[in-house]
Amino acid sequence: MPCKNGLWSGTKGVIEMGLKAYTGEGWLLTKAEELINWGRKRSPWPLPYGTACCGIEMMCALAASYDMARFGAERPSFSPRQADVLIEAGTITKKMVPILRRIYDQMAEPKWVIAMGACACTGGVFRTYSTLQGINKVIPVDVYVPGCPPRPESLLYALMKIMEKIEKDHPLRALFDREIGQVDLRSCP
Amino acid sequence: MSLKDEVQNCLGSLVVAVSECQGDLSIEVARENIRVVLSKLKDAPNLSFDFLSDLFGVDNSELYKKAAAKPAKKAEAETAPAEPPKPQEFPPRFEVIYLLLSLKTNRRLQVKVRVSEEKPVVDSVVSLFKAATWPEREVYDMYGIHFNGHPDLRRLLMWEGFPAYPLRKDYPLEGRGEERHLIYE
Repeated sequence: MPCKNGLWSGTKGVIEMGLKAYTGEGWLLTKAEELINWGRKRSPWPLPYGTACCGIEMMCALAASYDMARFGAERPSFSPRQADVLIEAGTITKKMVPILRRIYDQMAEPKWVIAMGACACTGGVFRTYSTLQGINKVIPVDVYVPGCPPRPESLLYALMKIMEKIEKDHPLRALFDREIGQVDLRSCP
Repeated sequence: MSLKDEVQNCLGSLVVAVSECQGDLSIEVARENIRVVLSKLKDAPNLSFDFLSDLFGVDNSELYKKAAAKPAKKAEAETAPAEPPKPQEFPPRFEVIYLLLSLKTNRRLQVKVRVSEEKPVVDSVVSLFKAATWPEREVYDMYGIHFNGHPDLRRLLMWEGFPAYPLRKDYPLEGRGEERHLIYE
């Protein structure tokens, strides 16, 4: 590949290597965990769980003008079984708690949760008998987004924070611990 | 003939009290008579209050408590009371209020019944107005007032098994720590 820009010269070799690997002539080396993280990071399919006005702002972030699909949140998944990131946008009443918990339980691992808006984070202005004072009382939360409601940019930032978190993940560590960590090394010859 | 006279002609001695505020007529009837009164108002050809626009409950306990405390303070400020203040008689704690609208004549009427805390039961008006189904469930949910003859008297907003009636004035705004959990069978 001809590369006229001087800035590119450092990475030229890498790109050529990548192209060769792509056409079947060469190799690319990486770590399995990094490859898995790279894939997960680029496709965090969201499960929109809008229960109040934050839901409207989330729709705006998903739709054309903010276009969350740019970050790989390509398809809002309305089935918890095919979703990675639960975006909990809005007030959760105590009556709603079993439904939220069941939906979270139905999501396949790995899963992440964004608590969007003051109500989801702390109960917001609804300090009453009927409102859950923060969804972290029911399900684990990865990123809290403050605001009433937050702007779509905040939600995009939260998704980027989730992506940063995915990057630091060790998806094979549990497997390693389970499969290899159980072997007693002293018994090996 | 004004609406007040028409209503009084129609109901006669069933009306316990009448009041008018800013041109809106409000009548009070006995708890036992609410179904008779509403059906009479609905069927009277000159009134025909055929539309129930709302039905709700009121808890007056705090109001009565304040009213009871007020005269005692006044007596203290003046001189020593000549005689111990009599325990005041207050009407029953709860009210159920029916807002009626006549689609024919475009007039409105407020009908009120008073319900005591000891016997919080009112006859259901679902057989007259289907629109009363959910409001009666809400009043049951929030105040614990039962409606005799309601076809499906369940809680409307709080979940089944919620241990209190949250719009009663003695219930704290932040609740008493009631929580709902997911239980897998």
